[in-house]
Amino acid sequence: MNDQISKEDKALLDKFLADNQLFLGPDPEIMRNHSLTPRSRAEDEILKKGLDNHQVHHVRGLINAALSEAFTMVNQMGAAPGAKWGDLVTGIYTAQGDLAMIAPHGIIAFAACCFYPIRFIVKYWSNDPTVGVKDGDGFIHNDARYGGIHNTDQSMMMPLFYKGELVCWLSSTIHEGENGATEPGGMPAAAESKYDEGIKMSPFKVVENFQLKRDLVTFLQNSVRDPKLQLEDMKVKLHAVMRLRERIIAILDQYGRDALIGTLRLHLEDTETEMRRRIREMPDGTTRVLQFMDSSLRENCLQKISCAITVKGDRLIMDFRGTAPQFLNRSVNTNIASFKAALCTGLLQNIWPDLPHTMAVLSPIEIITDRNSIVDAEGEMPQAMSLMPLFKGCVVWTIPMNKFNYSVPHKYSAVIASQYDQAATFIYGGLTQHGDVTGNFCGDINGNGQGARSHADGEHSVSPVFGFMCDSGEHEINEEDTPIIRLGAQRLAKDRIAWGKYRGGMGYEQIATARGSALWGFMTGCEGSKFPSAQGLFGGYSCPSYQLMKIKGINIFEELKKDPKVVEVFDIVKLMNERPIKGGKYSSNDMGMTFEVCNEGEIYMICQGSGGGYGDVLERDPALVMKDLREDLMSHENARDIYKVVYDEKTLVVDEDATKKLRDDYRRERIRRGKPFEQFCKEWVTPEPPKDIPYFGSWDNNREIYATTMGQRVKMPAEQLQGAFMLNPKDVRIMQLEGELEKVKAQLDDCRKKA
Amino acid sequence: MKVLITEYLRINLDTEQWECRRCGHVHGSARDNYKRGLLVYDRDPREIHKPLLDTRLYERTYSPDPAWCRILEYYCASCGTMVEAEYLPPGHPPLYDIELDIDALKLQWKDRKEVVEPTVGPDLALEKVKNNRALHADHAHGHKH
Ligand SMILES: [Zn+2]
Repeated sequence: MNDQISKEDKALLDKFLADNQLFLGPDPEIMRNHSLTPRSRAEDEILKKGLDNHQVHHVRGLINAALSEAFTMVNQMGAAPGAKWGDLVTGIYTAQGDLAMIAPHGIIAFAACCFYPIRFIVKYWSNDPTVGVKDGDGFIHNDARYGGIHNTDQSMMMPLFYKGELVCWLSSTIHEGENGATEPGGMPAAAESKYDEGIKMSPFKVVENFQLKRDLVTFLQNSVRDPKLQLEDMKVKLHAVMRLRERIIAILDQYGRDALIGTLRLHLEDTETEMRRRIREMPDGTTRVLQFMDSSLRENCLQKISCAITVKGDRLIMDFRGTAPQFLNRSVNTNIASFKAALCTGLLQNIWPDLPHTMAVLSPIEIITDRNSIVDAEGEMPQAMSLMPLFKGCVVWTIPMNKFNYSVPHKYSAVIASQYDQAATFIYGGLTQHGDVTGNFCGDINGNGQGARSHADGEHSVSPVFGFMCDSGEHEINEEDTPIIRLGAQRLAKDRIAWGKYRGGMGYEQIATARGSALWGFMTGCEGSKFPSAQGLFGGYSCPSYQLMKIKGINIFEELKKDPKVVEVFDIVKLMNERPIKGGKYSSNDMGMTFEVCNEGEIYMICQGSGGGYGDVLERDPALVMKDLREDLMSHENARDIYKVVYDEKTLVVDEDATKKLRDDYRRERIRRGKPFEQFCKEWVTPEPPKDIPYFGSWDNNREIYATTMGQRVKMPAEQLQGAFMLNPKDVRIMQLEGELEKVKAQLDDCRKKA
Repeated sequence: MKVLITEYLRINLDTEQWECRRCGHVHGSARDNYKRGLLVYDRDPREIHKPLLDTRLYERTYSPDPAWCRILEYYCASCGTMVEAEYLPPGHPPLYDIELDIDALKLQWKDRKEVVEPTVGPDLALEKVKNNRALHADHAHGHKH
């Protein structure tokens, strides 16, 4: 057969294939490319002509103000709880769909994902006679397979036409929460396939002539538990984008299309140039980090994320090969495009917060993964709880980049250990006291403790890992809208600290129950109950592990009626150890819990966590140790055992000499017990992961990947990863119990025979 | 010329050796893994992250599970400073975490001035959070009127 075909034939063939493509699924050509598109002809002409720098600066300022105004609109009018805390963004994109700028307060990652669906619309709908892209159109999207962080975020995207020409795109995205998934709240850990994830909107037109199409809106409302929320926020996003459009048109009227198109493109190119300049300042070489995730949110299993960052001149390569394979029937997978959005966020949050918030920061970075790994999952797998690997992606930079950047003479931002990286918040669902169906999550997700810094302790409960927003919600508002009642104040989680010369910023306790609902429940989605999640830096320790505590089978409101002093103080450790409420079933559990019914007055307790520690604990200033004691962040036992400080427990006066001696002695003790590295490795390193741990990922060689599938350990080449299929945890439990029953039966038979 | 690499490590470009920043001890060749010059101790994580709940009542107590997680503590062999705390599953090979191109490093520092104490960069992430808090406080204030 002749494989040389003429140009005309090739074009004809391409057209035939395009016309007859049965399903326009996520397009790998779009989804696997995170770099800037080459300049369009218009962009090239404008930039070659040259722009007035002063004007560019001014236009950029005006765009920023317009984005900020639209952000404020959504923030104040949005119905979703996430909108109230700032879990949203507004953005502006080039005509080709490159993200140029986002509102100064927004969630970076959200905007970083809208450019994939916009590129999809440009590629597939622009020239499709049944769809088209016209002035007044608006497109909606939520399926992360077409771009996005996760399906609980919904976007409104609008083309902006000026004098008949498409000059840019505008968008607004909110973390809506409810989306009709198998569990309420939009992030179902119980999803076992993509069909359990709720509505799955590929980018489609939902607005014509600047008006929502009521038939489509009704279809979407009909697909979720909170139809009111669905409608309200679609309206809010549309109007915010329309306001943004008016502002941009005013800029166009005043400065002309060249100024706008040129500014957007220049902004992207300048950012990319600055990135390359900063990379060149770093030393050449490779630094590495491993992250371990200990739960699929259905069962405990150890998944490794392996990351090697290589710098060579102005190239920066992130190599994630050796990472755990994807799960076929667990929702903690992410596709590569979402993962890159998390990387972009993490870079801007943790390494260079002063850079413009655009996708251009990621553009010069090369990313290598194993296909079908947990950070590059493909196919039918669910990814509703992609937050787990995504949050790891946000913080994955901190350790290896600090090992590069510590030597760089000019520091663009502080040296900081990893922030706490779990979504430590209650996700809820059920009937409100007003009789409405709802499902969403609490604002505590925004209270992750900051990592310790090279010059100071971390700040407590500072922000989420994915943004600079600060508000962890007002519980009074939450209590008006939902049956959730918070028991006690948000106490800092005493002793749950990442130790170091500087300690991590701490998290706080959340103690919740429900009242006045006919049906209510909670879920939680965190790892780190067995293997700590937030890593320390340069000898600092990680955070501890955290658990979910429950007191079931009681009604705290009845108990308080009987005896108002039954609980002296709502403090998790005291409640669990002293068990003041009689007859309650107290349990300590993994932080991953699928949706569970909470009867009136039953108690659920979790903590926000601590960021990682920095430096050697023996170098912590004893005065800071005393300060932690005074602020009741820590018990005396830890001040003595961990920090090795000698002091008077009553006056908190430090004996400096005795402390120095104790610490010197302890340094000698370390030298005595430490083994030379080579000898240690001979004794320590095993050829395979421990047999009794369901382990996922590479061990000593990142081309060989371990997994446990159908309950059996397998080893596969990294180039041919197969997703792991997990057994139903209830079946596993039944098998265990049946085994025990068999054993007991046999013993009984023996006894009978003997008798 | 010495280049600071971490809080506790520096590279002497003239001798091409890793050195301890606290005591000057020479750990080994800068072209090799610095860990090879350190002492290592396998720490039970329950000693660092102590159980806060009664271990007779509960299996999960805020301590990491020692069957899943160990802490490898790396000490300077001369002064006993803890250079790294590496959390690994039992038996996992320690990570070769810093592997720099020494020739490129020499070239890079040819025209740079030696840095003896690292500068502290601005905590921009925290500043942004604080700005947002101020903004939000303004909004909350606005609602009341
Ligand atoms: Zn030393």
